[in-house]
Amino acid sequence: MIEVNHLSKRFESIMAVDDISFAAGKGEILGFLGPNGAGKSTTMKMITGFILPSDGEALVCGKKVQEVPTVTKGLIGYMSENAPLYDDMYVEDFLRYAGELRQMAADKIEAGVNRVIDLCALTSVRYQKIETLSKGFRRRVSMAQALIHDPEVLILDEPTDGLDPNQKHEVRTLIRQLSGNKCIVLSTHILEEVEEVCTRAIIIAKGKLLYDGTPADLKSKSKQHKLDDVFRAITTGESVQGVNL
Amino acid sequence: MIAEVTKSIVRREFKSYFASPLGYVFLIIFLFAIGYVTFEPGSGSFFLMRQADLSSFFRYVPYLFLFLVPAVSMRLLAEERKSGTIELLLTMPVTEAQVVFGKFLAAWLFVAVALAGTFPLVLTVIYLGSPDLGVVILGYLGAALLAGAFLAIGIFFSAISKNQVVSFILGVVFCYVLLMAGSPPILGFISTFLPKFLVEIFESLSIMNHFESMGRGVIVIGDLFFFALMIGGWLYGTILLITEKKSN
Ligand SMILES: Nc1ncnc2c1ncn2[C@@H]1O[C@H](COP(=O)(O)OP(=O)(O)O)[C@@H](O)[C@H]1O
Ligand SMILES: [Mg+2]
Repeated sequence: MIEVNHLSKRFESIMAVDDISFAAGKGEILGFLGPNGAGKSTTMKMITGFILPSDGEALVCGKKVQEVPTVTKGLIGYMSENAPLYDDMYVEDFLRYAGELRQMAADKIEAGVNRVIDLCALTSVRYQKIETLSKGFRRRVSMAQALIHDPEVLILDEPTDGLDPNQKHEVRTLIRQLSGNKCIVLSTHILEEVEEVCTRAIIIAKGKLLYDGTPADLKSKSKQHKLDDVFRAITTGESVQGVNL
Repeated sequence: MIAEVTKSIVRREFKSYFASPLGYVFLIIFLFAIGYVTFEPGSGSFFLMRQADLSSFFRYVPYLFLFLVPAVSMRLLAEERKSGTIELLLTMPVTEAQVVFGKFLAAWLFVAVALAGTFPLVLTVIYLGSPDLGVVILGYLGAALLAGAFLAIGIFFSAISKNQVVSFILGVVFCYVLLMAGSPPILGFISTFLPKFLVEIFESLSIMNHFESMGRGVIVIGDLFFFALMIGGWLYGTILLITEKKSN
């Protein structure tokens, strides 16, 4: 459902994303792992059509993002880093607006708003102004916005960042619950998260793709089954005791 | 003709002017200021000229708009870029053109509401005398087009900086330069370094000249064309700018 071919992005002097290729299909939950500044967000921004690649291409459901951006944007639900929202809007109005921007029919919007409010447990803040929400609720509103049109492809940039352990657990449960007929890509630098929710992991560092496989395979590379060690060995290139790449 | 999604953007942006006290404050300031300058007991005013018309109203509108209209447009794109919601908006299946046009229309509608609020002035003038209603209507049309041109300039500068204050100041400066492009001091200044034909082109860009010509009660296709070109040109520039700068 998502295909990325030799994607690159250069910002002045740095290669934020350097010749990355991968594909992800229906039912997969693909984890994007990498240290801060690795190029995870930049890759996602190119798939969602927010920024143009310097080189290479991204395809969503077989359609090229650069050729038909409004079509591919319509197929994706996206939650960007830090979950930006319109603070002056009320939760319900904001979700309805998201439905309108997605050009859904009026009755579909109403049904969609009710569905995502239920799904993301927003009933208690439904009539609240967004600026008054806690971080956990902001995340969930952002998630709800990404799900309003029941997209085939879901792209989540650090969906659990800044949440407390219980909230993290809720978000992960929700993500697992959503998979099945969707293709989900999420980025994180929390290793347990990959183990817990992802069916596949990709590791990138300094813009380059360094690993593509299952979390279990990744873990088995360490004698003590320590994901931390494997991650450090792959992303830094140093040899770490007990890790066999 | 206007896409449904553009209308949604217009609705949301128009409403957001009233989501904070700012919109109301703007309307009150505008109405007080316009009432004051229309009836103000200075030279050429309503009472001194003993003339029941709106000539002083229309004479002061450009100067009021000069400061108030860029204040209406300054947040339109600067705020989206600062808060990051631009990414939310532009990863929806909408085009940059729909976003810019929708925001512009919402701001224009807001200024139109402010202008409509001056209607008691018209009633007063009708009560006191018998003004030429054609002149009044064209005057209002001219004021609306003037606001449109200022808004188009303002939204362009709202896309340039994430800082609303910077957007506002640049907007005022450029509105001023284009408003006064036909005035002798500015023409005199630029003719010191530009050839004559460029000075003439510059003079023809004077917003004030086109506004005043409408205020005299004659519809000139050229004036309408001028405002359409002005609005279209700056909006097109805004679309290019936001496409280029959205991710920075
Ligand atoms: N708009 C931009 N202009 C210049 N450099 C950028 C821009 N966006 C990201 N970068 C740089 O690109 C690299 C990758 O960033 P990013 O994709 O945000 O990393 P990650 O999401 O993995 O933490 C970083 O070095 C970052 O500073
Ligand atoms: Mg990031």
